[in-house]
Amino acid sequence: MDDNKLTFDKITSDLTHHIRINKGFLIWMGFLTLSLLICLYAYSIQLKTGLGVAGIRDYITWGMYLANFVFFVAASLIGMLISAVLGLIGMKWLTPITRIAETIAVAFAAVAGLVIVSDMGRPERLAYVFIYGRPQSPILWDVTVITTYFVLSLLLLFLPMIADMAIIHRKVETLPSWLRPVYKVLSLNFTDQPAQNKIISRAIRILLILLIPAALSIHTVTSWLFAVTSRAGWDSTVFGPYFVSGAFVAGSAAVIIAMFFFRKNYKLQDYLTDMHFDKMGKVLATVSLVYLYFNINEFLVPGYKLKRADAIHLQELFAGKDALLFWAVQVGGLILPILFMLFRRFRKPLPILIISIAVLIAAWFKRYLIVIPTQEHPFLPIQHVPGNFIHYSPTLIETLISVAPFILVLIIITLISKFFPVIPLHETAQEKGIGHIKFD
Amino acid sequence: MEDNHTPHSPNESDNQKGSSRRDFLKNIGLAGVGVATGAAALYSGHIFEAKKEVSGDQKVLLTQDGKLVRVDSLEIKALDKDDEEIRETMCRGGLPGRRWVMVTDLSKCRNARKCINACQGAHQLRPEQYHMNTLQMQDTPGTAPYNMPKNCQHCDNPPCVAVCPVDATYKRPDGIVLIENDRCIGCRFCMAACPYSARIFNWIEPKDAALHQDQEYNAELNVPQKLGTVSKCLFSADRLREGKLPYCVEACPNGVYYFGDENEDAVTNGTTKETVRLSKLLRDNGGYQLMPELGTKPRVYYLPPKNRLFPFEEATDATPEKV
Repeated sequence: MDDNKLTFDKITSDLTHHIRINKGFLIWMGFLTLSLLICLYAYSIQLKTGLGVAGIRDYITWGMYLANFVFFVAASLIGMLISAVLGLIGMKWLTPITRIAETIAVAFAAVAGLVIVSDMGRPERLAYVFIYGRPQSPILWDVTVITTYFVLSLLLLFLPMIADMAIIHRKVETLPSWLRPVYKVLSLNFTDQPAQNKIISRAIRILLILLIPAALSIHTVTSWLFAVTSRAGWDSTVFGPYFVSGAFVAGSAAVIIAMFFFRKNYKLQDYLTDMHFDKMGKVLATVSLVYLYFNINEFLVPGYKLKRADAIHLQELFAGKDALLFWAVQVGGLILPILFMLFRRFRKPLPILIISIAVLIAAWFKRYLIVIPTQEHPFLPIQHVPGNFIHYSPTLIETLISVAPFILVLIIITLISKFFPVIPLHETAQEKGIGHIKFD
Repeated sequence: MEDNHTPHSPNESDNQKGSSRRDFLKNIGLAGVGVATGAAALYSGHIFEAKKEVSGDQKVLLTQDGKLVRVDSLEIKALDKDDEEIRETMCRGGLPGRRWVMVTDLSKCRNARKCINACQGAHQLRPEQYHMNTLQMQDTPGTAPYNMPKNCQHCDNPPCVAVCPVDATYKRPDGIVLIENDRCIGCRFCMAACPYSARIFNWIEPKDAALHQDQEYNAELNVPQKLGTVSKCLFSADRLREGKLPYCVEACPNGVYYFGDENEDAVTNGTTKETVRLSKLLRDNGGYQLMPELGTKPRVYYLPPKNRLFPFEEATDATPEKV
């Protein structure tokens, strides 16, 4: 009993000791806030003078903002893969990673909605989408499923946290006094009764099941924004699964990066072990292989036929103006990582971190390559327009506006991970066989 | 038991009496209301009948959806054309009974670009903004190049209209695809969906915005242009309403354009003002549509670029400044 209590206290303190406002946190948040303000200033210029401050013009009309949007939706998908797909199969090693995955899902899904607003010529008319919304338009589907997915993910982040918050507000002594009542409210009077646990675990199970179609929808519908057009490079029937599998690659990489930093900064070496990095490395390798399969489909089939418009598009990607970026992304962000991750020693925390960073950067540029080059070669020639209408190059203001969502995601992830246990506390305790929490 | 029951009896009967009294009053009330309502209805009906004069002069009118109806002449009321709601209804409803169609004869185009100038002038467009643009085309390396004026094809299956999330761009019964720039949110999905690159965007403050800021918005002309919204060729819907040919058609010096009504099977050449049968013109000259394989069903037909009597020149003259 005494031993039991010790262990439970140790887990509690291990997983909650970072919940305090320290200097490092303030400096980091200050830096993020300042950077965000600079980016918001850039956005205010765009609001005042119009989308013309960006490099997009009549032919390449969707630029970095859209690529960014696709990337954010993609990264948010990982919540579904980790929690729902692998979780429902019953993989126990996932427990310490689920919350990280859900946090990333919530942060990216929340910000994805804002990213798309930055691409609107008339953002003040956003409400028109709800007032005059036409269900025929895939944009309406996207709005619906992203909102649904965000709410499901938020619930899935919150429900397993209820027990943790009950523990925190009772057991963590170092808590700032103004924070304690917040945890009390959020714990919803949880006292670890079997009935309460039953309700929560049943609700989580339902959410996990609902999350799968919702997540598949968000990225499939996002791919349809492109695939419903007849343009070469977008006119593809495999765009849905191509996007979804690509999303798992980006998301798995993001989770590994987050795991590494949480482990280091919050001293979670006992909970996020080398085994977890090894397993996540295997997950990343697997989803990368699936993505490679869809890439082969996506390029080989039109490349074999070489219909006129497809031929121009592929020519530019393989050997033309986009070739350098294309091969860097395909080789450096997909083929080489797969090869490396076949070996155990590259699935150790540091090597897999480096691989994941490369994969994540490549994932962003991959979205860029999906969105932009297609528009540079419409069916009819681009003529009698200024040079910047023919070749897209992002402007500084556009870049700053595109950086803003990343800062926002970092802020959200920082806040969630700072004020809540990164690793599910109650669940970890239960899995270690400590069982019941003693409530006074 | 009886002891208990007895004292309650008077009360109960009292209650019963009370309730029946209430019911009675309620019924009276209901009847009263009913009578009053009936009387009021009769009276107002009487007033209405008394007011309604019948001239006996019946007019036959064509409704917007193409039906013939008979209406008493006294009941015909002129609508205020400036009323915003009516304007919009008229605008979205299009011109009744019409199916506008354009025929562009590629064998005649000499890239004079007069159509472009007229169009840009009418729609307050900058030099790099084209509702109508003449492209220098060469289909395959072995075939002769030609000039191709290209505007919105006003597709009968318009991909742009399908994807619009807010019904800002729409297809009218008379065949024209229009944009309401008061509604457009600037998502540019329509631009991505259009295979003909027919749509443009107001990336920066439109031309002479300050000059036109007080001008009332005319959706059939799409002026004043608005920052952050999409624009495109409107088949000069404003001119059609006045019974005139579109700006570009009228401006062409080379007889390239024919414009007219598919229902009448007649199109008029903008230069010669000669009216010909649409079906015969297309049949005799091998008329075709742009990329019909995409299933967009364009309302613009092209006559093939045959017998060109002029040399093809690379048009380097018309490249506007960077914006």
